[in-house]
Amino acid sequence: MLGIVRGRIARGGVNASSLQKIRNQSLIYASSRSYSSASKEMTVRDALNSALDEEMSADPKVFVMGEEVGEYQGAYKISKGLLEKYGPERVVDTPITEAGFAGIGVGAAYHGLRPVVEFMTFNFSMQAIDHIINSAAKSNYMSAGQISVPIVFRGPNGAAAGVGAQHSQCYAAWFGACPGLKVLAPYSSEDARGLLKAAIRDPDPVVFLENELLYGESFPISAEVLDSSFCLPIGKAKIEREGKDVTITAFSKMVGYALKAAEILAKEGISAEVINLRSIRPLDRSTINASVRKTNRLITVEEGFPQHGVGAEICACVVEESFEYLDAPVERIAGADVPMPYAANLERMAVPQIEDIVRAAKRACYRSVPMAATA
Amino acid sequence: MALTHRSTNLLKPLSAAVPFTSSLRRLFSTDDATAITVETSVPFTGHKCDPPPRTIDTTPKELMTFFRDMATMRRMEIAADSLYKAKLIRGFCHLYDGQEAVAVGMEAAITKKDCIITAYRDHCIFLGRGGTLVEAFTELMGRRDGCSRGKGGSMHFYKKESGFYGGHGIVGAQVPLGIGLAFAQKYSKEEHVAFALYGDGAANQGQLFEALNMAALWDLPAILVCENNHYGMGTAEWRAAKSPAYYKRGDYVPGLKVDGMDAFAVKQACKFAKEHALKNGPIILEMDTYRYHGHSMSDPGSTYRTRDEISGVRQERDPLERIRKLILSHDIATEKELKDIEKEIRKEVDEAIAQAKESPMPDPSELFTNVYVKGFGVQSFGADRKEVRAILP
Repeated sequence: MLGIVRGRIARGGVNASSLQKIRNQSLIYASSRSYSSASKEMTVRDALNSALDEEMSADPKVFVMGEEVGEYQGAYKISKGLLEKYGPERVVDTPITEAGFAGIGVGAAYHGLRPVVEFMTFNFSMQAIDHIINSAAKSNYMSAGQISVPIVFRGPNGAAAGVGAQHSQCYAAWFGACPGLKVLAPYSSEDARGLLKAAIRDPDPVVFLENELLYGESFPISAEVLDSSFCLPIGKAKIEREGKDVTITAFSKMVGYALKAAEILAKEGISAEVINLRSIRPLDRSTINASVRKTNRLITVEEGFPQHGVGAEICACVVEESFEYLDAPVERIAGADVPMPYAANLERMAVPQIEDIVRAAKRACYRSVPMAATA
Repeated sequence: MALTHRSTNLLKPLSAAVPFTSSLRRLFSTDDATAITVETSVPFTGHKCDPPPRTIDTTPKELMTFFRDMATMRRMEIAADSLYKAKLIRGFCHLYDGQEAVAVGMEAAITKKDCIITAYRDHCIFLGRGGTLVEAFTELMGRRDGCSRGKGGSMHFYKKESGFYGGHGIVGAQVPLGIGLAFAQKYSKEEHVAFALYGDGAANQGQLFEALNMAALWDLPAILVCENNHYGMGTAEWRAAKSPAYYKRGDYVPGLKVDGMDAFAVKQACKFAKEHALKNGPIILEMDTYRYHGHSMSDPGSTYRTRDEISGVRQERDPLERIRKLILSHDIATEKELKDIEKEIRKEVDEAIAQAKESPMPDPSELFTNVYVKGFGVQSFGADRKEVRAILP
């Protein structure tokens, strides 16, 4: 299900897009004839780095800004090599002042540039949240279309390993609630490349939620995905694994957990369909509903806090649109309803584990384990 | 209280004339009364204030205490480095070795009723406030007996009963919080002050200036201490600040530039600042200091600075060595005695680590404790809300 979006890529200029169409056509021929099925592998880190590189190469208005993105090569090495290639005007190291540089980025976007603003982690985006919401998300609406904001806010989101309460929060639900924002959450290297390119090309503010623990993970990647014109559509989820008994929705790192849970469930005769949301906002309600109408059971999985989470929205939209199709209550697996503890055993309890997803799926399929007594 | 300068001169020839026996020396090192005059490495530079004098009185006991305290801090941080590499410490670990003089000098000038708040490079401040090695290592290893019961980690040490308010992960946030402590102190008519520590990276944060403006407007007893180690993570101060003269950045707020590698300069500056803040409101102290480690254990610290620079500072300005030289030059202890103290400290640290390793992991029920002070009996949930639930009392 790789989508090369042909002709829909807004490249700023008729000539560019028609050239793009021709390129894409010839690429399809090339990929079908010259490339073997043996796929290469690419880490998420390299996927993001190559996407940034290619988009900066294609459009001189794209620039990167954030802490340690330049000389340090990126706190997590996502922007490695870019300063050397594009120079300090396009790879801008900022002081540790998120409110300031996020505002500066939005202002630059108002005036026609295409900033990619990095938050070292999204925990620090809270210092800049006024600019993300009030200055970026709402501008196009308030100005009746005069002031569009083609900005990308990207960085690692959610829990890492042992980083404690102030460095582990998932912001998908908060940003996903805001009209005017687009919110993406890649899982694989293909997602990382395709969605980041789409985000940079998109004329609206995009919050791009990566995951630190996925940066080093390798995924097989096809030639199509490696092409510089590759792009994924925003607002479309991906069925990572087809199934017929229960639907599991997930995003980011939890997609990997859901896939592992599906393997375990398969051994017990439960066929799980795993949906990689890819896009938190717009949410792909039709793919989710179509899946639930097929399987009649739903588990939502996320790392963030449970109350008002992404799963709550998915549950509501399924109840609204596919109520008669549900054979069991919707199950939510989420982070624990507490600040993230540091101790390893407590941290393990605070974040979803594969067995939690398996257990919830079994419950939904009436293969339940007796409920534990209240702690 | 202290003997006069004249008496010190009298003692000096005596020590030269009479061969020292070790019993004489031991007496001397706990000597609380003999005044020794030291001079700070450089004079203070003031901004909108008259700097304090660079000559300071101390005692043999204080010198030995400085030595012991800084050597303990140094050893603790080096041990933490090894523990992190052995994966006994997880997540982030920001080490303070090189900066010990700030923690120790500050404590010598204040009481435990004064407040200190800092960012995430907090292990040694914790120790200075009376925290123990065992509490520190246990917390770093995420065990039950840690100072935050294993729930905080390296960046979140606290000791409220001795005026230590943490331990904060978000750069700059601790400064308005520290000014808030001063607000409460003034509101409650305490005659105490609050020290808010921050780095050169945090010095550019807007919230600092917002809170400083209010501190000045309302004459709050707040002392802002910029621990300028010249690098905000990997970015040198001149690349992040148009004006790296942090002691002047308060504009209308007076400031003092201090050699942060000289514990006596730090002590003098903090004493001066406390007196000032109680009478006239906020003041900024810029401590010129240096960290030997990188920003954190994930940062080698050598991609943005040269190894020559690091070893140069260690050679010329090491805070521990400065005190060692002072002790030796005043014949308060011999080199061997100081080395023995360091051996003793190494043993203490090793024992603390061993004890910390014995401490168990927190009980699973701790996942749900301290979410609130008053939880009204609401339910809280684990990852699988139908499997793990708790009532918040």
